[in-house]
Order: sequence, then C-alpha cells, then structure tokens
Amino acid sequence: MRSGRILLAALAAGVLTLAGCGGDGGGDSAGGGPGGLTVPKIDKLAALGAGEGEVNVVSWAGYVEDGSTDKSVDWVTGFEKETGCQVNNKIAGTSDEMVALMKTGEYDVVSASGDASLRLIYGGDVAPVNTDLLSNYKDVFEGLKNKAWNSVDGVPYGAPHGRGANLLMYRTDTVTPAPTSWSAVFDPASPHKGKITAYDSPIYIADAALYLMKTKPELNIKNPYALDDTQFQAAVDLLKQQNELIGEYWSDYTKEVQAFKAGNSVLGTTWQVITNLTKADGAPVEAILPTEGATGWSDTWMVSAKAKHPNCAYLWMNHIISPKANAGVAEWFGEAPSNKLSCAETKDPNHCATFHAEDEAYFEQVWYWTTPLAQCIDGRKDVTCKDYSAWTQAWTTIKG
Amino acid sequence: MARLGSYLHRHPRLRLAGLLSAPLLWLVVAYLGALAVLLVSAFWTVNGFTGEVVRQFSLGNFRTILTEEVYRNVALRSLGVAAAVTVICVVVAVPMAFFMAKVAAARSRHWLVIAILTPLWASYLVKAYAWRILLANNGPMDTLFGGPGYGLPATILVLAYMWLPYMILPVYAGLERLPDSLLEASADLGARAGRTFRSVILPILIPSVFAGSIFTFSLSLGDYITVQIVGGKTQLIGNLVYANIGAANNLPFAAAIATVPVLIMVIYLLAVRRSGALEEL
Repeated sequence: MRSGRILLAALAAGVLTLAGCGGDGGGDSAGGGPGGLTVPKIDKLAALGAGEGEVNVVSWAGYVEDGSTDKSVDWVTGFEKETGCQVNNKIAGTSDEMVALMKTGEYDVVSASGDASLRLIYGGDVAPVNTDLLSNYKDVFEGLKNKAWNSVDGVPYGAPHGRGANLLMYRTDTVTPAPTSWSAVFDPASPHKGKITAYDSPIYIADAALYLMKTKPELNIKNPYALDDTQFQAAVDLLKQQNELIGEYWSDYTKEVQAFKAGNSVLGTTWQVITNLTKADGAPVEAILPTEGATGWSDTWMVSAKAKHPNCAYLWMNHIISPKANAGVAEWFGEAPSNKLSCAETKDPNHCATFHAEDEAYFEQVWYWTTPLAQCIDGRKDVTCKDYSAWTQAWTTIKG
Repeated sequence: MARLGSYLHRHPRLRLAGLLSAPLLWLVVAYLGALAVLLVSAFWTVNGFTGEVVRQFSLGNFRTILTEEVYRNVALRSLGVAAAVTVICVVVAVPMAFFMAKVAAARSRHWLVIAILTPLWASYLVKAYAWRILLANNGPMDTLFGGPGYGLPATILVLAYMWLPYMILPVYAGLERLPDSLLEASADLGARAGRTFRSVILPILIPSVFAGSIFTFSLSLGDYITVQIVGGKTQLIGNLVYANIGAANNLPFAAAIATVPVLIMVIYLLAVRRSGALEEL
C-alpha cells in the first residue's frame, strides 16, 4: 500500500506543477472575428522577386502531386524545373490541423477550406494577396473572388482553388419518384426509414438550417452558419427527428460508395465525386441539387504572414491556378476548377459540365462551409450565435 | 572504465540510480506526465474562435458531461458493449484454450498458438472493413443468418472477433501451468469431471479469465474505429473523444470525456484485484 501512496503523491505533485504553469496564457483569450474585431495589419507583397529555391506547402491530399502516387498525375515537377522552387509538401488531414501547422510559421502556402480561412486571417497567420502578381488570377471565375471566406473588406487573402456542392444522392431503383427536395431526408414518414444517410460532421447542422431557412421562414435564418439559440435549437430538433430515419452516418467516401452499392443506404447527402465512383461501380444512383440549394465547400490558396519564401509562394499560387495544373487537380480530386480556361484542358471533355464549373447560377445556390462563430457572421450584432464547439456538442446529442 | 566500475561497486545507491534513472524518467515524464496533462487539461476550456486552449480552471466540462443525458447514455452503452464483448470472448476462448493446453498433442500446440495470433498480423482497419462487407445487405452474413446488418449487435460481434486472441492467450497460459498430474490425481481420488473442474481447474481459470477480460474490456471501452465502420449510427465513448479532438479541436472537453473510461477501468481493476488476476498479467 505504501507504493500506492507514493504514486499518488507523485501524481498530485505533477498535477500541481502543471496547474501552476497553466496560469498564464489565459489573458489573451479574448478572441475576435467578424462583427467587431479588426484584422491584424499585414502588408501584402509589393513586387515579385527571384525565387528562393524552395517553397513549403500545406495541402489537402491529392492537391500537390509530383508523379509519386501515379506517374501520369504530376503538376509539380514541371513547376520545379521552370522556377527552381523545390516544393516541400505537407498533407493535412483536417482544417484544424492546417490551422495548427500554419501557426508554426514554417510553411509558406496553404490550401485552406472555408471553415479554416477566416481563422487564419483573423489569427494573423496569412497575409493579404497582391493579385496583380498572379497572372492567372484574371481567369478565375468571378463567383469565387472576394467572398466572405477569402477576403475581408474587399481585400483578397488568397487564390481560389476549386469548389463543390454537397448533393442529394439516391438509388434510382428504390427511390421513386425521384426526390427534388431535401424534405426527402427529413420526412418522418419516409418509406426509406433506416436506409437514409447523412454526413457525419457537426457542420451538417448547416444542412438542416438551410432546409429550415426555406421551409420555416418565421425562424428568419439568413445564413445557415449563423444561428442564434432559437434557430440552432430548431435545426437540432429537426436532426434529432431525422436520426430515427438514419441507417448510418458517413464520413469517409469509401464507406458511402459501398453502402449505396450494397443498398444499405438509398438516400442521403453526397459529393459529386462519390456519385461518379458509385456509378462507375455499376450502382444505379443519381445526384441532384435540391430546390432549396445546398451546402458546399470552396478552397483557397493562402500565403503565410511569416513566409520565408514569399516569391516561390507567389509563383506556386500562380502555377496551381494556371489552366493546366488547375485542370489536373480538379480531375484528380473530383471538383470544379476555379480557372475558366481549365475546362479546355481536362482529359475528360465533360468534366466541367459534370461538376458545374461554369454554372454560376448553380453555385449561387450553394452555401460554402464557413466556421460558425459566436459573433454572427450574417452581421447581426444584437445576438450571439452558437460557435463551432457548441455545434460539436450538439452533434453528439443528435446522434444520441 | 575499471575505476568507474570499482567506484560504483563501493556506492550501491549510485549503482541503483544509474540502473533505474532511464526507466523512471520514462515512467514519470512520458507515462504519468501524459496522464497528468490529461487530467489537468480536462479542467481547461477552448477559445471558440482561435481554437487556443484557455488555461483557466473550470468545472464546465464535467458539468456538461454529468448533466447532459447523452453522455450518461453513451457511457452506459459503452459499458454494455465492453461487457458483452468480454462475455462472448470468454465463452469462445475457454474451450479453445482448454483444448490447446490439455487435449491437443504437444507438437501441434505451437501451431495452434500461431493460428490464434495470425489475425493480429493483419491491419485492424482491413479486418474492420472486411467485416463491413460481410455484414452488408445481401452480404454473406445477411444471406446466411438474415442480419444483423450495421448497428450495435454488429459492433459487439466485430469487437469480439478483434479481441479474441487477447482472451485466449492468457487463459491458455494459465491452463498450461496446470500440471496434468493434478487432473489425474483428482480422478484417482474419485472426483467426477464436474468436481475436478470446480476444485482443480476453476481456481486456475478464474484469474486467467479476469486477466484476459482486462484486455477485452479496456480495448472495447476505448475503441472508436470498429463502431464507426460497422456501428451504423451508434456512438461510443471513443467516438465522442474523437469528435471533440478531430472536428472541434476541443482537447479539454475530450480529456474530460476520456476520464470516464479511466474511472471505469480503475473501478474494474480494483474489483478484479482480489481474484489475483493482476498477478496473471
């Protein structure tokens, strides 16, 4: 028993020491963001100089391919030869990981999604981008420039990369008539109870909010990522009710492809690339953009505020949104390219049509993923909104 | 070198310190240190916007866990899964281990042990996805038994498959230590099979089974991958931890949830300590 007491004492000592160190750092917790706070003042690069010989990149898997995954997929080697900038790529698994990596200051550019980009901007981790130095920027679709997630007060913070919508997929042999609305996945009397699927992430609450935005105007939801207490509760209640219908939630795409092939799932949210893969495997599925619109994602290449290789970083950003490289990424990853001229460069001539790259009307119905913050991002000042950690905890209660 | 040797010879305490400093450092810094960080950070919170940890003492995380019904339900569900997995493993492992230790010929024994170990050579993920295909609609399990599909029963089934070797091996090791002569002596003294089992085998078996159950129980309690793959919409404690770290970057809340299985395991270990199971590990 004596050894037990020593162990306990050691543990207690450790805890006390750590608690002692833990005192500092609490003071700078007053965070900020849209609706009050200002962006850290960081100068953009004024003129392009000579390359520094290398560039450190943080990216999503599949965005920076140098032929090592698949010999025919390579848009890095040519760039390295042309500019002399050696590309060192670090793949991040989640948006949170991307933010953490960029905070180290060791990386020059990052392919941030909309749920990370504002955090990087307000955290002072990325610098405004001088778009005059990017010769390909003029060919980027207007619908992607100066948006809420990649610019602040009209100042652009990056080069738009690609985008996609979260669609509604269904099996054509079992789901008849074909659905046109998200009500198909929320209807408590659905004949497909137990075979409906939904994206397994707190951000899916926005899908319910989007549906309520159109079907319950009295809730007055203006933006599915800015929900006050009442609006949030309504979305959570809707999802709790939907939980009865769900067979399983999906988070990785292989899981969903297999579930739709086997028929364990017949109806639910999807990405275009998943639909293509499921179809390629011979399953009778279709995907639509429902009448209410949809949530979606859009990525942006951003340059670090502490970039050690800013010139190579600009050269890289310009290269990755160039028609050829952009087409390569869009096809390899399965998304709509951001450059207008990319559509002529894709191996599959229908790629842009399949992913609605040129269809601005289509993307006007898409609400891109954005981090929910306590400061409402729809501009309301009189209420506080639910932040992402509240969304996560609610997601736990929804799944039960 | 020789001088150092003789110096150490004259100072036994220094000798001991030299021998133990590396493992002690490992134990205190890496092992207890990580546990302490876990316990301490459970009392912190996270700034919702910057995602940075706010190092101020707060009981908020524990209040949420205790007051929200969902956490109680998930904890009880995880406990039930861990118990069911353990029971299944015991039922399958005891006859198997008995056969290996007492019935099978000595030279086939090590082949049997290798056969038990082979599933451990394959990646956990591959096995879980293989089960996902086995359990799919119109898959082998569905055709043969009409279910169970994806959900809680599937989770228990697959976890029991995953952890079975961890139950068989300690039980086999325990039974192997039981001399055959004891069984023969028991028979010579007139005991029937039932009496021999109760008086000779069971006292060896029980601590071994508890030793195995510590593995199956704690591994099931912490698992989140299997349930994510074959669990349908079920969530266990591991999923809650993962969701709070992976999606929300809320390490303090995840740490607070992680104290639940730690607490359950401490209670479990205290309960099985009396049986002598800890000596069997």
